[in-house]
Amino acid sequence: MTDPTTIGAFDAPTTAHWADLLLEPGDCAPAGLRSWNGSDPAQRFAVHRNNVLAGLCDALAETFPVLREVVGADCFGALALAFVRQHPPRHPVLADWGEDFGPWLDHIVTRSSDLAALPWLGDLARLEQLRQRCCHAADASALSPQTLAGRLAEPARLPHWRPGWHPAAAVWRSRWAVLSLWTAHQRQDPSQPVSLAGLDIHRPEAALLLRSAADEVLLWPLSASAAAFCAALASGAPFGEAQRLSLAEPGADSFDLVELLTLLLRHGVLVEAPPTRPSVPTPAPGGSLPC
Amino acid sequence: MTSIATTPGATPVGIGLKAQHLAEIFAEGAGSRSGPADALAFFEVHAENHMVAGGPRRRWLERLRGRWALSVHGVGLSIGGPGPLDEAHLQRLVELLAWAEPQWFSEHLAWSSHGGAFLNDLLPLPYNRSTLQRVCSHIDQVQERLGRRLLLENPSRYVEFSAGTMDEATFLTLLQRRTGCGLLVDVNNAYVSAVNTGGDAWELLGALPTDVLAAVGEIHLAGHHAEADSLGAPLLIDSHSAPVADPVWALYERFAARLPQPVPTLIERDQQIPPLASLVAEATRAGRAQARAQQALVHRPATEPIEAAA
Repeated sequence: MTDPTTIGAFDAPTTAHWADLLLEPGDCAPAGLRSWNGSDPAQRFAVHRNNVLAGLCDALAETFPVLREVVGADCFGALALAFVRQHPPRHPVLADWGEDFGPWLDHIVTRSSDLAALPWLGDLARLEQLRQRCCHAADASALSPQTLAGRLAEPARLPHWRPGWHPAAAVWRSRWAVLSLWTAHQRQDPSQPVSLAGLDIHRPEAALLLRSAADEVLLWPLSASAAAFCAALASGAPFGEAQRLSLAEPGADSFDLVELLTLLLRHGVLVEAPPTRPSVPTPAPGGSLPC
Repeated sequence: MTSIATTPGATPVGIGLKAQHLAEIFAEGAGSRSGPADALAFFEVHAENHMVAGGPRRRWLERLRGRWALSVHGVGLSIGGPGPLDEAHLQRLVELLAWAEPQWFSEHLAWSSHGGAFLNDLLPLPYNRSTLQRVCSHIDQVQERLGRRLLLENPSRYVEFSAGTMDEATFLTLLQRRTGCGLLVDVNNAYVSAVNTGGDAWELLGALPTDVLAAVGEIHLAGHHAEADSLGAPLLIDSHSAPVADPVWALYERFAARLPQPVPTLIERDQQIPPLASLVAEATRAGRAQARAQQALVHRPATEPIEAAA
């Protein structure tokens, strides 16, 4: 087959060939390149390959800092490289990229003896990716006191009320204690050791993610029932339906509805106009936990 | 929106916005004290970093633009690519520029996407009649769609194409004249490309004719690092990881003496980010150097006039 670049045209087959050579393992350069002093064009082309791969791996490291700390920089680098090659970004806005990393890790851990002991890696990636999505999601106006007062004035209709859910709030659920793991890695001084004493990774956990008035993404641990309640509201269900679903949740536990609603109202998670669909959908957990 | 005018004898200077510097920049903005960022006329941001629906990255720009002019610098439009421009990305740009209201918008003479994959690098293209025609058509489309002038940046080059038939100065000159776009002259890229192609950096900067120099709307300065090619010759990497190098300063001052107007100048730094004050000091040095060069304003005609028929 004639290499497309040898005929001199710089067309779509040429850039397709470049894209393949930049992403695939190996050190080949496309034909049609030269250098002023006769040095190896492949080495010069490798500058571009390094820019592509290192830049995208760095972007993943920025989105998944705890995952990187958990598996170590070398292992993360190898995982990131493999992921970049298989799932390069589909467009130039990298803030939106990495959604596939969690599902991809679910697949990888079942095939790697080194990672088989970490089946929760995919859920950790989902948590970190969800933090990023909440950080960049749209702004929305919190429920006004007038709206709330109006709703509370008609208690009989409250079960039918569908409050809006802030686009930058989301529910995360896992069959593993990944939230505790993530929290243990949040420390002022990264040189300090991470204390995982007492952590039972096989305990299911859930969290509410929300963006504070100071634009920080906060994580609140939720019980299974509270998570089901929030997830139902986030998907547009009315209050009555959310409560029914929270009680039907397997392993349902009691939760303080007033305390939860106070949290949702204080941080503006409930908003004025319900969007037709939330911009940050609740991801399905990676494990077998029903959602 | 804050805008700045380029008055004779005053060179607006800016730096690329880095998250590490935000607290210090905004502490000053509160008016409690003066600080290094007072010396800056503008900040530059990468367009794609701010194409978000909401949250802090929008808030930063909203706060910045109340006091400083903004320059939005795109890396994802793939203007130099053979395929059609990404309509969805153009629309993102329209929306970003509508709310950020930057004073300048710039992009690269490069390509970065193929077949729905974004490669996150500024990849080169051969300079010939066929690519000139295509890039001109892309620039026409961008300028029409955005309703504003685009500043196009010369890339850093590591490889050369057998299919290339024009030098970069000729390509940029013809492209500027045909599309009426502005130019963003990256002096470090000119230097890096010249070393990497065995040429003289003045070949580009000295060859741009006077009418094209009038279209230079921004200058970039940055640091690079040196590696070696397979024969041991220097291979410079445009890494933005170091202060501006001495030969690049010299080239900048020589180029500034050719400019018919003060041109806003930016210090780029993306790796090993120093304190805000260090970058501002480099920007201030650039402003002084350009003013000094222009005081001794020497307008020299291009050594080789570039004909439209080239």
